[in-house]
Amino acid sequence: MKEQLQKDFDNTIRNLTLSQKDIEIKKFYLDNFINKGFPNRREEDWKFSDLNQIIKRNIGDLSFYSDYTSTNKVDTSVFVDGLEHNKIVFINGRIEKIDFDYEKKDQIEIIDQSETINKFNSNSSLSDLNSAFTNKSFKIVVKKGYRLVKPLIIYHTTNSKIWSKNINLRLNFELYENSSLRLIDLFKDTSEKNFLNIFYNFDLKENSVLKNYKVDKLENKNIKYSFNNIEQDKNSISETFILSSGSNFCKNEINCNLNGEYSAAFVNGIFSINNDKHHEIRTIINHLTENTKSYQLIKSVLEDSSKAVYQGKIFVNSKAQKTDGYQLSKAILLNKESEFNSKPELEIYADDVKCSHGSASGSLNEDSIFYLMSRGLNYQQSRELLINGFLLDVVEKITDPEVKNLIKNMIGIKE
Amino acid sequence: MDNRQKEIDNLKDYKYGFTTDIENIKAPKGLNEEVIKFISSIKKEPQWMLDFRLKAYERFKHLKEPEWQKPKYPKIDYQDLYYYSAPKSMKDKPKNLDDLDPKLLETYKKLGIPLQEQKRLNGIAVDAVFDSVSVATTFREELTKQGIIFCPISEAIQNHPELVKKYLGSVIPVTDHFFATLNSAVFTDGSFAYIPEGVRCPMELSTYFRINASNTGQFERTLIVADKGSYVSYLEGCTAPMRDENQLHAANVELVALDDAEIKYSTVQNWYPGDKDGKGGIYNFVTKRGLCKGKNSKISWTQVETGSAITWKYPSCILKGDNSVGEFYSIAITNNHQKADTGTKMIHLGKNTKSKIISKGISAGFSDMTYRGLVDISSKATNSNNYTQCDSLLMGNKCGAHTVPYIKNKNSESNIAHEATTSKISEEQLHYCQQRGLSAEEAVGLIVNGFCKEVLQQLPMEFAVEAQKLVGISLEGSIG
Repeated sequence: MKEQLQKDFDNTIRNLTLSQKDIEIKKFYLDNFINKGFPNRREEDWKFSDLNQIIKRNIGDLSFYSDYTSTNKVDTSVFVDGLEHNKIVFINGRIEKIDFDYEKKDQIEIIDQSETINKFNSNSSLSDLNSAFTNKSFKIVVKKGYRLVKPLIIYHTTNSKIWSKNINLRLNFELYENSSLRLIDLFKDTSEKNFLNIFYNFDLKENSVLKNYKVDKLENKNIKYSFNNIEQDKNSISETFILSSGSNFCKNEINCNLNGEYSAAFVNGIFSINNDKHHEIRTIINHLTENTKSYQLIKSVLEDSSKAVYQGKIFVNSKAQKTDGYQLSKAILLNKESEFNSKPELEIYADDVKCSHGSASGSLNEDSIFYLMSRGLNYQQSRELLINGFLLDVVEKITDPEVKNLIKNMIGIKE
Repeated sequence: MDNRQKEIDNLKDYKYGFTTDIENIKAPKGLNEEVIKFISSIKKEPQWMLDFRLKAYERFKHLKEPEWQKPKYPKIDYQDLYYYSAPKSMKDKPKNLDDLDPKLLETYKKLGIPLQEQKRLNGIAVDAVFDSVSVATTFREELTKQGIIFCPISEAIQNHPELVKKYLGSVIPVTDHFFATLNSAVFTDGSFAYIPEGVRCPMELSTYFRINASNTGQFERTLIVADKGSYVSYLEGCTAPMRDENQLHAANVELVALDDAEIKYSTVQNWYPGDKDGKGGIYNFVTKRGLCKGKNSKISWTQVETGSAITWKYPSCILKGDNSVGEFYSIAITNNHQKADTGTKMIHLGKNTKSKIISKGISAGFSDMTYRGLVDISSKATNSNNYTQCDSLLMGNKCGAHTVPYIKNKNSESNIAHEATTSKISEEQLHYCQQRGLSAEEAVGLIVNGFCKEVLQQLPMEFAVEAQKLVGISLEGSIG
């Protein structure tokens, strides 16, 4: 793999206009990645999902170079109907369109950071890979006091032009005081066997509100890794919703630092997977100061021989008195072969806190099915009703009514 | 008040911290084949036992010390330890208690464990282990009448080789992890109990471990086998002198329960925890594992962990037999600079297996406490159930409480439920108690005892009383 990496790296660099110093920095990250390789099960964070094996088994040899010189045609049919929205369109990892039509132009600033190296707040090998190979990265700034009128949808589209490729994306968001942003990540993949490595960084200033919805619904054979780092100032709120369903393998990581007082983080997630899919959500919520709050709810429905993993950690440092942390994961295993692993973790150094977690997994309740069937539903209907109700609980946590409806329609949950 | 104050003053400092001045026989310092052969020969062991040890040592040479645990400790130099130390008077085993070195008798009297017939606690048979040897076992005759074997393991190797051969290493194999393998290579003494088919052991069996010699590691090995339909309740207690150095205690405990058998294993661990600044104390790195081998068998672990500088252990149950039950009740208290990383593993292999975990952790001062547990329901363990509850109580913001459960469910017809909370003693509760005339410390003692009640109830009566006191004492001075 080393020669491949080196070769692809040289090709990638050739297409960029970087200073010698920046190339050195990128080289540094490349060397880091070559040393560490893809994460494997020997690393605690990857204990339940051995990415190295998964890539070997599903993709084989990856290539890291993508030719971004030619444009791709934007297929407007993928756009969401019935909801006016701003767009960013990625096709095969190339940014094709940035469109903030509904917003005041001077309130949003888009800064091209492709030619500057910004260090990412993580030292995993995947962030090294990302730093070495991302060739376009943007910073989106929402100015003081501006609340976006319409949600922003980022379309992550891949098509059959690419094969066995590694795609690295990076976006930075900065929300100034009193601003707000609704962000939907929509994955539309028709390609197969690629590895997407996505890093987002969010910087939330005082009183700002971020709502991030990640929707991966369409069946595809790709392998995805997505990392969100969220820094929160005083009174800021972040809400993350993850629908993890479509890809063959998908791991979402959320690292949230509650740096300011009264800041709050909410993470809600659904695993709805079948076949031999393997999905994971890992969250780390760091309560770093007084009076912060976090809430997490993850529900899974597992069919066939699918496997879901939830690793959630609440960290409270000794300054963070009056912390309120809660975390719950529930799973329904529908098939003998399915598997649910969880590691809900608490690490607490302050005494005046309210922290708890719960985790439960098991089968569908036969008594409930009996109840419904005795009222005239058939087995299939009863089962669906129960599963719908089980998942609806999480969808109802979405605070934005427009997006809630959109997602309900996507999953096919009726009320 | 005065009486209580006196009692507290008496107990405030580690009252078991004395040393017994006694002549010792030690193995040469260090760890090598010669030392293992020395231990084996001084115990007059048969060849198969020596082979067992050497096999373990061979494996040990290739193992690396684990590093994933939360409490870190300075590197232990395994060549700088004595692996065998025994009072000289024990070289030729005394035939009865009258021949026993009076100094030893005095030691156990001081510890509150009288070995002489007339003063014995009623209904408890004690095996007293002093450094590397077992010095006395009480009530043996009465037990023998029922066919129960209760003796030091070194004796069992000689007198009941067929049983020891069959079960030793069957739950913790010689190829296990670092400390367990080290123990297999150099273990010195410990207790052996065999309860024959259909016998309900009429009294509590108990082992009292005492480390006395300095610079010595204690490596004892306990093996308990409960044959079909039998029942036994086993208690374990431990203390050590106060020393500035850290001493290693790496024991292995194996339990085997056959069809319909039940083993109840209770520990009150009160090794020397080190002084207020975290100097000295015991490293308690113990491997405890129970195998529910037969159908309908049950193994229940109860532990009260108040001592040791570092406690690092996970008493586990392997639920192999169908309908078998595993239980784990734990109270772990850390104060000053103590550290604990403890919990359990419940491995469900058989059908309809059940397990229950209740863990209560209390940390005060500058201490750090971690619950780490594994619940693994394999794909064959249909209709299995687990319930886990871990509660932590924090006193002050210099200490830490952590929960790291690993939950694996591979069976759609099995259920797992896990709950954990972390909190502190509320001002309201304290106020309520103090209003009714209790001092702040008494109030804390009362509330903490209430917090631990679910676990304390599981202990045999004699132990429960002692444990309750211990809970109060361990937290002495943490409120102020």
